[in-house]
Order: sequence, then structure tokens, then C-alpha cells
Amino acid sequence: MNERNQRPIDISCCFEGCCGSPFSDQPSKTKQKYVSENNWVSTHLKTVVGPVPVVSTRLTWRDKLGMVAVRLGIRRMSYAIRPGLYAVGHPGRNSYIFVSANYKLSFDLLRKHLTGLNAWVLVLDTAGINVWCAAGKGTFGTEEIVRRIRKTQLFRIVPQGTLILPQLSAPGVAAHEVSRLTGFKVVYGPVRAVDIKRFLQNGLKASEEMRRVRFNLVDRLILVPVELVFLLKYLLYATVILLILRALGMNLFHWRTIYPYLGAIVTGSIIVPALLPWIPGRAFSWKGWLLGLIWATGVNISQGLLFSDGVKAAANFLLLPALAAFLAMNFTGSSTYTSLSGVVKEMKIAVPAIILSAVLGIFLSIIG
Amino acid sequence: MKIHRYLRNVSTLRFYPEKCTGCGRCVEVCPHRLFQIENGRAQLGDRDLCMECGACARNCPFSAIAVRPGVGCAWAIMISELRGGREVASS
Ligand code: SF4
Ligand code: SF4
Repeated sequence: MNERNQRPIDISCCFEGCCGSPFSDQPSKTKQKYVSENNWVSTHLKTVVGPVPVVSTRLTWRDKLGMVAVRLGIRRMSYAIRPGLYAVGHPGRNSYIFVSANYKLSFDLLRKHLTGLNAWVLVLDTAGINVWCAAGKGTFGTEEIVRRIRKTQLFRIVPQGTLILPQLSAPGVAAHEVSRLTGFKVVYGPVRAVDIKRFLQNGLKASEEMRRVRFNLVDRLILVPVELVFLLKYLLYATVILLILRALGMNLFHWRTIYPYLGAIVTGSIIVPALLPWIPGRAFSWKGWLLGLIWATGVNISQGLLFSDGVKAAANFLLLPALAAFLAMNFTGSSTYTSLSGVVKEMKIAVPAIILSAVLGIFLSIIG
Repeated sequence: MKIHRYLRNVSTLRFYPEKCTGCGRCVEVCPHRLFQIENGRAQLGDRDLCMECGACARNCPFSAIAVRPGVGCAWAIMISELRGGREVASS
């Protein structure tokens, strides 16, 4: 099951695209460094098992800056906090226990929505990875919850506690097993932390809407900066290749030769995600190919190739849609509704088609 | 709001109603709302909405649901193929 290490986004904690590569790699196995608590822990609460840090529910500019950096794809690693037990307000023997990942962004979004409540927050060691991705890897799982409860001796503080888990942790957790092993009651909270208060007011009941994962325009557009940062890396490679080609005597540094590709890249990785539900068809690569075809047509018309230089025009028709299709296909990992079986099926057709199209296209552009 | 739909008839989700006790856990966890309780038992809705996250199967105390869990991420599949891990695309 090692394939489970990459998952789409976790809406309850952050918008980050695909769980593993291309956007982030496994954190190093070396000792994890934790973000300093000084910023958001002011006091400690005395309990039977010792002092428990009380966390603020107000995010400071520093927390927000960190959030922005993460969403820009600048600071994706090393944003872990120390696992363990925390308090919000003045919780007691009967307070609810919210369970979180030790990814600071997940934790920040949770505590922000606990304002005015008295609750415990049990932070698991998910290696600094968000709830959804960690649930897929199994680090946000039954075992870690049980281990963390034993380690923090939570059962001594809250003998008959109720754990509120994020709904998106469910792929990694067997709630009935946790109950059996710890004696705690387990309920799944809403998908989005913003609904937590209403969930509590409803007597730990979430409405259909609170339980449904969405992927609306805003959700998709928030992914764009990360996509862009990711693209920059590719553009850097492309520039290096162009420089090498130039050294070999092939000067392709013309806006005229470059912009068709830039356009195809933007089409596949930004326009397709933005227009996703409105583009006909279901496979992502198909959607990318379709818009790529429109783009290639535009390029061929604006460069006047359509009737003057058939070979070049054909090369554009083969290369540009293939590039857009490839990039659009890679957006499957960032979406919240594609299944493994579906993507495997899509790739069986798309990958050979893209390769064939690209090879033919390169061949034509060389002879052209 | 528009509900996104991916490919038809691909999900590996299996539901065995005869094992179901109607406890409601699957209804609680499914992020795409595939299950509902009717007449004391879970009812499976539109399977094409399933993303194979595995939450329902893992949380069903009576093993009434089975699914091959995984991630619908083309990039991850490519990487694992390149590294020689064929199990992901084996079916
Ligand atoms: S979790 Fe299992 S037993 Fe409970 S309602 Fe769903 S299918 Fe039935
Ligand atoms: S695998 Fe996930 S999406 Fe599919 S039915 Fe189960 S919980 Fe719902």
C-alpha cells in the first residue's frame, strides 16, 4: 500500500495540491524540528498529569504569514509543531477532545475556530503532514491516536472523553477500534473547521453540507499559486535546454517560438483547473487536450501557419495539446474527486496518446 | 452547486447489505455522500461519485464495505511506475 503516500488536498486544513511529489516530498527522516510555541502558547493549565500548554485561538500576523508562505509553495516542509496535549480555554473532565495533525496549518485552522470554547486538543505526530495526506499514509491513524492518548495519559484527565476527529482523517482511522482500545467515544467532526461551532451546537451532528467535500472555483484557484511555483521549476529546466540548444547553434530564443508553449503550459495547469466543471468530458487529460487544441488553433492562425506551413502547423497541433493534456492530467492529484481506478484507466489511454503525439510533433518540428 | 463527476464504472467499492446493521458510520465519513440510512440499513448511492478514499470500509465495524483504497493522482502513479511499483496499476 505504499502508493497511498500521495493524496489530494485536505480542505479541512489547507489547500496544497497533491500530497506527495510534485509539490512536496517526504520530510527527511532526521529529527523533526518544531515551530516555536512562544507565539501561541501563553500559559499552562495544571492537570493531574502536569502542566498542559494553553493555546491562543487568535492567529497572529506571523501565523498568517506562515499560512501564505505555505500556500505559495514556499514553505511546505518544516512546518511541524510538537505533538501532545494542548488546551483551549479552561477545559475540564467533561470537555471535548479535538484531534489534529502536527502540521501547523491544520492546527492553526482548528484553534482559530475554537474561540470561546473550553476544549482539549490532542496533536498527533503526523510528521508535519496535513490531516488528509497523513490519513492516507496511515500516520494519522488508529495506532497513533491510541499511542498518543497513552503517552499523554489523557484518560486520567478526561476519563470518559469524546474524541472529535476531522472527517477527512477517516481513511486512516477505524473509529470503532479507537473506541475499543481507549474507551473514548469517537465522533467525526465536519470537513471544514469553520463548521465546528455549528456542529457542537447541533449536538455533535453535521449537516450533509458540512460532510461534503467540495471543489469549487475558489478551492481550485487557491491551488494556482502552488501550481505556478511548481511550473517555475520546469521553466527553469526549459531555459537551460534552450541555452544548451543555442550553444549548439539552434537559437530558439524567439518569443514567437516560446509563447505557444507557455500558452499550452498555462492552459493545462491553470485554465483547465479553473474551468474544470465547464469543459466537456470527464478525463482531465481530455479536458486539457481540448483546450490545448483550441490554443494550438489560435497559435496557428495568429502565426499564419495554417495555410502557409502545413508541417509547422501540424507540429503545433501535435505538441501543444499533448503538453496541455499532460499537465491537466497531473491536476488529478489536486482534485478532490478522482479515484485511483479512474486515474489508472485514464492514463492507460492518455499516456501512450500523449507520448505518440509528442514524438510525432517533435519529429515534424525538426524536419520543419 | 455543480457536483464534479469523474469516469463512470471504475470504483472498486463493494457493499454487502446483508452484513450491514445500519450503524451509520459510513454515512458519517463519506466525503462524497454515497451512503444513506434507509429502513435501518445503509443504502448505496451513485457509485460513480466514489473517490476510493477508503474511509467507509475502514470505519465499518461489520465489514459490510470493501474498497481498494488509493489516491487518484496521475503524478503519484507515474512515479510509482517509474520506480517499478506495478501494484498500483495492476487492475
Ligand atoms: S458502517 Fe457498515 S454497518 Fe454501519 S451503516 Fe455503514 S455499512 Fe452498515
Ligand atoms: S471510498 Fe470514500 S468516497 Fe468512496 S464510498 Fe467510501 S468513503 Fe465514500
